[in-house]
Amino acid sequence: MKYLLLKHYRGAPASVNDVPMDQWAPEEVDAHLQYMRDFADRLEETGEFVDGQALSPKGAWVRYDGEGRPPVTDGPFAETKDLIAGWMVIDVESWDRAVQLAGELSAAPGAGGKPIHEWLEVRPFLTESPTVTE
Amino acid sequence: MNESLLRELVPAVIGVLVRRGADFASAEDAVQEALIRALETWPNDPPRDPKAWLVTVAWRRFIDAVRAEASRRGRELAVEVEPHADPEPARDDTLRLYFLCAHPTLPPDSAVALTLRAVGGLTTRQIAAAYLVPESTMAQRISRAKRRIAGLPLNQPGDLGTVLRVLYLVFNEGYSGDVDLAAEAIRLARLLVALSDEPEVAGLLALMLLHHARRTSRTGPGGRLVPLGQQDRSRWDTRLIAEGVTMLQAALARDRLGEYQAQAAIAALHADARTTTETDWAQIVEWYDELLLLTGSPVVRLNRAVAVGEADGPRAGLAALADVPPDLPRYAAATAYLHERAGDLERAAELYAEASRAATSVPERDHLTREAARVRHLLGP
Repeated sequence: MKYLLLKHYRGAPASVNDVPMDQWAPEEVDAHLQYMRDFADRLEETGEFVDGQALSPKGAWVRYDGEGRPPVTDGPFAETKDLIAGWMVIDVESWDRAVQLAGELSAAPGAGGKPIHEWLEVRPFLTESPTVTE
Repeated sequence: MNESLLRELVPAVIGVLVRRGADFASAEDAVQEALIRALETWPNDPPRDPKAWLVTVAWRRFIDAVRAEASRRGRELAVEVEPHADPEPARDDTLRLYFLCAHPTLPPDSAVALTLRAVGGLTTRQIAAAYLVPESTMAQRISRAKRRIAGLPLNQPGDLGTVLRVLYLVFNEGYSGDVDLAAEAIRLARLLVALSDEPEVAGLLALMLLHHARRTSRTGPGGRLVPLGQQDRSRWDTRLIAEGVTMLQAALARDRLGEYQAQAAIAALHADARTTTETDWAQIVEWYDELLLLTGSPVVRLNRAVAVGEADGPRAGLAALADVPPDLPRYAAATAYLHERAGDLERAAELYAEASRAATSVPERDHLTREAARVRHLLGP
């Protein structure tokens, strides 16, 4: 079963250890980045990693604005909006395993070397083929 | 026979098929199929004459494709199945392939893909892996590019500028998948130097060699980015530097300066210095002035301002930033660096944090976040 783990820049409930990253000690930044890399490496080894990508906070809303007109854009994003920072797709045997992994990812160390307890969004994929029911 | 020797044969084999009367698009497809077949069978059953093997297999594939097309349309076969003796291939065949694959009408990513396949002899799968797109997407990109240049004559002089740009794009892609694209770009630039005596071609190769010489020192543990000032210069590849400098000097002596020679001159001045403080920044600023005249590029203006900051002090650098558009991706990072050097740590920390949000790559973002944390830490709690 595939799940999407979503990390937010903004819009998620406040994490427990909520100090912004640029206010950590430099070695705390290094420890955090190392933890994230190790996490992805471990999932590759267990055969559960599918894909992942970090997203820039830049960008805009875009929509169609009628025949012969260029699309309308609304952006850059206002401070208050929900903003996704990155995603990881995992392929695991159960919802419980997905929750366990998201919990591990959320334990990445932050300020003071303590876990961030960041809220991550976990979303099951809809499968491509229907389940045979007859 | 190793894979790189096989790949070197690809442009020549395409040239043979085209000389026999095949159109470029079909010839290129046929050679790609022969290449994949060779990769499968040669390890166990190497041919005595690799090039002749490739020509034979590719030609057979081409004839099969033409036959299928002819019967679909109910037409006569338009080419001879058994060609007469092959005409002597011209040295220019490969050069024309470069021009065609990097034709100015092609979007850069298509030109890159087509060049890597037809001139570089890479498989679609390898190119797709290197650019992190599905193989079918890359295959489509290449066929669309070929449709776009269909009918263009192979014997026209092309635009060398776009060829060089395409090679530099490949070089900057670095290393992902199982193909080292930087090394591949260097190989293709070396081949081009042998085919064209334009000093800018040598300038581009010199630039690549000088950048490549510093590659291992540019990343630290866990892929972290190491800026020029902190690189372990004992790890720079002195053989590549010497080759790059020699090549650059010969190009500059031709007295037809271009942007790649100017960039290579800057890279050579960095390569020449044992430390950042020993670097001849005044001369680097002069080269940036030349580069600005040649390109008028805002990115050059930004880099020039940083060099001015080293040559004449951070205040002068900040003043030089005045005519740089602030929406450039690295603007905040350059400003942060200059403010830190000028002693304004508060402002530098804010700007590094801003720069990390404007970063366009993960290593840059991580580096700038670390810089923000470092400077904020200097300020104390």
